Amino acid sequence: MSNLSSDLVVRFENVGLRYGLGPEVLQDIYFELEAGSFHFLTGASGAGKSSLMKLMYMAMRPTRGLISLFGRDVAITSRKDLPNLRRRVGVVFQEYRLLDHLSTFDNVALPLRVADTREAEVRKHVEELLTWVGLENHMKAKPATLSGGQQQRVAIARAIIARPRLLLADEPTGNVDDRMAYRLMHLFEELNRLGTTVVIATHNQQLVERLAHPVLHLDEGHLQLPTKTRGIYQDNDGEDSRPAMPYDPDVLNYL
Amino acid sequence: MISRTDLPLDHDAHARFLPWLIAFMVYLAMLAMAGILVLNNTVTRWDRGISGTLTVQAMPADGSLDVDAKVLQDALAVLASTPGVLNVTLLDRDDTLALVEPWLGDMADESDLPLPRLIDVVIDPDAGIDTEALGRRLAIAAPGVSVDDHRVWLDRLVRLLQTLQWIAFSVVLVIFLVTIGTVIFTTRTGLAIHREAIHVLHLIGAYDSYVARQFASRALWLGLKGGAIGLAFAIPTLLAIGFFAERMQMETMESSGLQLPHYIAIGVLPIIVALIAMLTARTTVLRTLARMP
Ligand SMILES: Nc1ncnc2c1ncn2[C@@H]1O[C@H](COP(=O)(O)OP(=O)(O)OP(=O)(O)O)[C@@H](O)[C@H]1O
Ligand SMILES: [Mg+2]
Repeated sequence: MSNLSSDLVVRFENVGLRYGLGPEVLQDIYFELEAGSFHFLTGASGAGKSSLMKLMYMAMRPTRGLISLFGRDVAITSRKDLPNLRRRVGVVFQEYRLLDHLSTFDNVALPLRVADTREAEVRKHVEELLTWVGLENHMKAKPATLSGGQQQRVAIARAIIARPRLLLADEPTGNVDDRMAYRLMHLFEELNRLGTTVVIATHNQQLVERLAHPVLHLDEGHLQLPTKTRGIYQDNDGEDSRPAMPYDPDVLNYL
Repeated sequence: MISRTDLPLDHDAHARFLPWLIAFMVYLAMLAMAGILVLNNTVTRWDRGISGTLTVQAMPADGSLDVDAKVLQDALAVLASTPGVLNVTLLDRDDTLALVEPWLGDMADESDLPLPRLIDVVIDPDAGIDTEALGRRLAIAAPGVSVDDHRVWLDRLVRLLQTLQWIAFSVVLVIFLVTIGTVIFTTRTGLAIHREAIHVLHLIGAYDSYVARQFASRALWLGLKGGAIGLAFAIPTLLAIGFFAERMQMETMESSGLQLPHYIAIGVLPIIVALIAMLTARTTVLRTLARMP
């Protein structure tokens, strides 16, 4: 076994997962994510993308194999230590999982409040981020009164508000138009530039090709390791070389 | 303490009855508590008022007019050897006649009346003399000698009141237990209803204590609300009972009603109940969540 390196954010070794007594939906998964990397996760519907995410955000434990996050073996992490580990991980759930009874503002504020952030600071950050994702006029709205795309943006804002070291986004742009999709991807890239490791599960092949980050591909529960190609448009210092990428300097203020 | 909550506990239908149940419990507890205090007052006063003295009477044997001197001697000996007895005075025949005169009138003058002899006994109120036992010992040592009925009856009454006090105390205890049980049930139901939201909170990085805090502050609030309602109903009830008790006792003896310290002790009850509800909710959440994987 290789050493657990501290700049490995995620490490899977021989991981398998089954739900109850069903078949293994993930089999023999091996992969590593280095700190600061940006990956897409693709695969047909039912291939196991969300299941792989669940393992990474510690909603489930694998039925076999070893998972370590930030250099810690998840299997031997006690329940008491999980919150601290989870606070480093931001998640955009495929089905959003917003709290119905909370306003947009309160939903996005949750990760900060859970970590006992001062209310003045909460207000400042949440308002800033919500403005950036175009929801400044819906801060008091309940999720049920928002469109699918708006809910998705609330979910994204909640995932990144606490500046996680690992961002897991499950179909984060499935419900928004192309312009907003790129705007959000831009947000993720900015976050990534500041050091957050990013994994985005998506069906949007166009997005994958255009942004050209390495791809983890799932095929019926089997993971194909990323092709380590750099994006065709991406050079070492940024977004300028990428065409048709809407740019908004405000994001830098927030981040 | 009552803060913004992340869980919509206010809207849970199952939790709506909680303040009313707590109100009822607080109401009962306050009445029981008032009962305990009133009984306590009464017992203490009666005990103090009558326990300094004791009357022992010796009846003449059948056919004779006066009590046998030997019997009196034995009775006095028993009394003198009883711990807690401070002083013993044998009233003479004339004193006794004077006592019965109001009832018998002129007849008392006739000296062929069989008259009991009375013994005044001064006792230490704190010695806790068992008058019934004393009566039995007297009857054995000195036939025809007994402790004054009135006194024995009062002693029994005091003991009855003390038993009632214990019952009222148990009622308060049961009320606390029922309240705790109800809060546990309500909290468990709340945890089940909001399982998804709690799961999300956990995934976001909330500690169990964060979730517990929400349930605890909710329970405190419901408890205070219920306590206030219970208090609102209990106060008029207590005042009414106090009023009638006062009127009934006017002629018999001094008031044994409630004073300010008692009202304060009773008034603290709702707060205690609310605090118990809060602690119970917190403990229940922490225990239940700790059992989750
Ligand atoms: N809670 C569950 N209980 C049982 N089986 C499940 C559960 N969730 C997922 N599965 C099964 O696991 C397999 C992988 O599902 P998963 O949700 O990971 O796929 P996915 O790649 O995310 O699909 P999609 O692109 O449609 O979101 C599927 O066969 C699915 O039926
Ligand atoms: Mg999925």
